[in-house]
Amino acid sequence: MAANHHGHNYVVEVSLRGEPDPVTGMVLDLKELKEILNRQVVAPYDHRFLNYEVPPFDRVIPTAENIARDIWQRLEPELCNETTRLHSVRVYETADLYVDYFGEEPCSA
Amino acid sequence: MFRVTRRYEFAASHRLHAAQLGEEENQRLYGKCNNPYGHGHNYVVEVSVRGPLDETGRAVDPQLLDGLVARQVLERFRHRNLNEDVNFASVVPTSENLAAEICRRLKRNWSAAFPGAWPRLEKIRIAETPRNIFEIRADET
Repeated sequence: MAANHHGHNYVVEVSLRGEPDPVTGMVLDLKELKEILNRQVVAPYDHRFLNYEVPPFDRVIPTAENIARDIWQRLEPELCNETTRLHSVRVYETADLYVDYFGEEPCSA
Repeated sequence: MFRVTRRYEFAASHRLHAAQLGEEENQRLYGKCNNPYGHGHNYVVEVSVRGPLDETGRAVDPQLLDGLVARQVLERFRHRNLNEDVNFASVVPTSENLAAEICRRLKRNWSAAFPGAWPRLEKIRIAETPRNIFEIRADET
């Protein structure tokens, strides 16, 4: 069935770990996180045909697992520093099926 | 390594009543859950498995997991009175005990559905209501 072209309303949850900044009380300014997510994930993915338009899915099967890993790889360089670490990327393919990816090793700050 | 979670629902009834305790003590302990005629829940069960990607780009074939859960959990408990289930003859069918029983049933039959080293069962999560949620890790049962 999944061999036919079909769509999903993917829902992505990104979790970070860190200590709150002593002044702002925030682990990360969520406006900043939103900007990173829009630039790294929503802009390249949204309303695209993943298999044709969004590398690496021209050669990697766009399963929820592979999407979670690709999103991790897009985000990790921007979300790995002394105060904030990317913890997990969750991709809901449907409300009843989702994948969590935690990276292969802790990001090296 | 990936964790894949699949969500299932079934309706069942139960009554919380500990055979070792008297009527008054049961009433005090379990409150309205001790109602003699029982009550129902729309249980939401999440089954999480863990594994590396296989050659299909997936950590688990959802159809194999669906088959195992249908046989071992849904067909067994759906629209049943849990108190009448033989496995709850001497154990109160709280959602803690239901989660442990579901976990044991899946582990016991796991290798028939998944003969390889992966995926492995990681945890069971049961929402009895949206506010009461119970989790058990497979390596703890």
